[in-house]
Amino acid sequence: MDSFRQLFQYILSGLSNGAIYALIGFGFAIIYNATGIINFAQGEFVMLGGMLTIFFLAVLKLPLMAAIILAIIISTIVGVAFERLAIRPLKNANPLSLIIITIGASIFIRGAAMLIWGKDTHALPAFSGDNPLYIAGATILPQHLWIIGLSVLIIIASRIFFNHSVVGKAMRACSYNPRAAGLVGINVKSMVMLSFAISSAVGSMAGIIIAPLTMTSYDVGVMLGLKGFCAVIIGGMSSGMGTVLGGLVLGLLESLGAGFISASYKDAIAFIILLLILFIRPEGLFTKKETERF
Amino acid sequence: MMLRLNGITKIFGGLTALDDVSFSVDVGSITGVIGPNGAGKTTLFNIVTGLYAQTAGEVHLSQKNISFFNTEELAALGLVRTFQNVELFGQMTVLENVMVGMHTRSASGIFSCAFRLPGQIKEEKYIREKSLEWLTFTGMAELADMNAGNLPFGKGRLLEISRALATEPKIILMDEPAAGLNSRETAELALLIRRIRESSITVVLVEHDMDLVMDVCDSIVVLNLGKKLAEGTPREIQENSAVISAYLGDG
Amino acid sequence: MMMGKKHQILIFFIFTAAALTVPLLLRGNYLLSVLVFVGINTMLAIGLNLLLGYAGQISLGHAAFFGMGAYISGIITTRFGVDPFLVIILAAFCAGTLAFVIGFPILKLKGHYLAMATLGFGIIMYIVFNETVGWTGGPSGLSGIPNLRVGSLIFDNDVKNYYLVWTFTLAVMLLSINLSQSRIGRALRAIHDSEVAARVMGVNARILKVQIFTVSAVISAVAGSLYAHIMTFIAPASFGFNFSVELLTMVVVGGLGSIYGSFLGAAILTMLPEFLRVFQDFDIVVYGLMLILMTMYMPGGLISGIEALARFVLERVRKRKGDDAQA
Repeated sequence: MDSFRQLFQYILSGLSNGAIYALIGFGFAIIYNATGIINFAQGEFVMLGGMLTIFFLAVLKLPLMAAIILAIIISTIVGVAFERLAIRPLKNANPLSLIIITIGASIFIRGAAMLIWGKDTHALPAFSGDNPLYIAGATILPQHLWIIGLSVLIIIASRIFFNHSVVGKAMRACSYNPRAAGLVGINVKSMVMLSFAISSAVGSMAGIIIAPLTMTSYDVGVMLGLKGFCAVIIGGMSSGMGTVLGGLVLGLLESLGAGFISASYKDAIAFIILLLILFIRPEGLFTKKETERF
Repeated sequence: MMLRLNGITKIFGGLTALDDVSFSVDVGSITGVIGPNGAGKTTLFNIVTGLYAQTAGEVHLSQKNISFFNTEELAALGLVRTFQNVELFGQMTVLENVMVGMHTRSASGIFSCAFRLPGQIKEEKYIREKSLEWLTFTGMAELADMNAGNLPFGKGRLLEISRALATEPKIILMDEPAAGLNSRETAELALLIRRIRESSITVVLVEHDMDLVMDVCDSIVVLNLGKKLAEGTPREIQENSAVISAYLGDG
Repeated sequence: MMMGKKHQILIFFIFTAAALTVPLLLRGNYLLSVLVFVGINTMLAIGLNLLLGYAGQISLGHAAFFGMGAYISGIITTRFGVDPFLVIILAAFCAGTLAFVIGFPILKLKGHYLAMATLGFGIIMYIVFNETVGWTGGPSGLSGIPNLRVGSLIFDNDVKNYYLVWTFTLAVMLLSINLSQSRIGRALRAIHDSEVAARVMGVNARILKVQIFTVSAVISAVAGSLYAHIMTFIAPASFGFNFSVELLTMVVVGGLGSIYGSFLGAAILTMLPEFLRVFQDFDIVVYGLMLILMTMYMPGGLISGIEALARFVLERVRKRKGDDAQA
């Protein structure tokens, strides 16, 4: 019975981490689908969400809700600024230059965070306290519920947005064929900017809701970004269920691996999975192999 | 018979780009492949040069079945192509571009290059000399040290051809070599193509410039909507009613 | 650099002469120990440059091979007392083998995917360095690594280490310059400019990329071994993502595709923190800025700026000579 309880614990933390990875992966997918670029700085927006919230709470003494909203807004502004300053002027640069610039920008954001907030780790207080709930003999923290709940909300919201709103459909049109989208009157530049705004907003939200559980500091962006990337690769770069499943699969494998094989190699598990997927089935586990168009 | 295509079919998802295309190219001939846009001509080239895999059919080079060979294996066998959108090595000089063409006609590896072994030094000299010869052949020798990225368009085309010739091919496939050239440059191209043939190299051209095709080709294959429409001498093609209606429409 | 062969030989000769006489001018100066690290970083930067600047393949995990060399040398010399020079060969072999094996699948990836995959690989290695505490000593590091020795000559001070490292560095520079101007160098640059056209010309891009990745890993591992024996103490922190970023910055700042550029980038980024204490706090921000600004405004790196300046000056001199001759 005890091992069953342990298993349930692992599954729970795996799912809640997985939800975070899915949200981060989401951000990658949205930008990739709108622009064909992998936003190397995606992880940094996750970091900004948590760090900014802590800053507003601790230094400016704002109430939690206000701190969170302000943090999301500022992260979004940074995301849009990033698009304007680093991405837009370089759409026609050669791919290698673009990659180096996005790497440079993500490092810059990380370095700026280190200058502003130092190297310490910080904790965000849990949204509704630390009293654990006991379900089926396993401990669930309220924060886990927040994570899963909010992730579900964001996913439903994005479903509605992309499938049922004009703007959302316009963004999908841009990803399939930017030329054609432009010709029917869609402002592709705005769509690109919007994709960055959404990605950084969602990314920062992910950072905020996980921060109470895991400490946050200036350099959490690298790992989280890479794991989010892993989730979206497993899911096949989809802005929908594929990435959700990808994140959950990753979270579960990581958690079960850490629990049953080795805790210290937990992080390595995600990256080994990343390499395996990239080597063996780069189009992801949840997509059909796309036929190459010429 | 230098090149033979047998039943080449290529289906992309729902689109049939090529449907059972077969024809032969004789040794030492200049063959033109023409057809309206979207007829599948570049796809055909991509299949022959191993960049795409055909859905069905075979490609034979001389007697060898090269249907599933990788692109990089073909230069050594004597098959080379030029590109419609010129694919020069923009960061290197004109001469260096041609020297890459000699990759399969040289063999120094990482070790001998790094340590500048005597064999490598000799080979490097040989590569350089031969490459200059090819630049002289195409009339580009004075531009040898110019950066390839700075070449005017027509010269860039010529460089592609020079580079391809450096592979010492038996057959060269040119994808729309006259596109974007003015009439003087096109006339020079026609002369060059004839001189290439005189060097015992078979030429296959995909082209839209009808004057060039009719002038220079011994034999023409017409594609339309992925199918072979006609095959014959320029005169025969010009008088073929199916070809005429494919180009001009039926109305 | 498109210069006559004679000029190139002259430049390398001057560079070597300068490099070899420096310790005589700097006896006992702290700067000498910094220059030892400039040598090591130059090797690393050249290794990365061969892959990135010539073949156009990005790697964000190169610190992993550096660490591999350092740890293999460190562990085997401390545990088993094997002659350090022999272990360098072993470390080079191991790193080369790993690179060869992992190179085939990883170099099928392009662009950002390759960047992410190499980043993931680098982090996996970093975790291994940290967690295999029994072998590596974990986060607190591995100490007591012996100095290199040849007979009774022990490399245990700055002057000797300088000559040791720079012998390797100059050798790597020379071999890389030779390589870059050869058939292989052209094939690599061809892959960078247009992989499809390179393949049509018969260049086996797949295999060549793996080969250069292997060479790059071997150079990095040798640098790592030397580093271990000079420092006598190594810790995982030196072999993580931050250092991979630093290497990338060295290559970009110095000049992609330029061997001397790699020296320049390595020199600047190794010496800057020594002379600007404040730089150490700002280092990550500065790396990010350097990467962005260099790529946007001087994509050829500092070396291209210097070459342009040299050309400008030579033109002026030539014009002057022309005017004087006419006067």
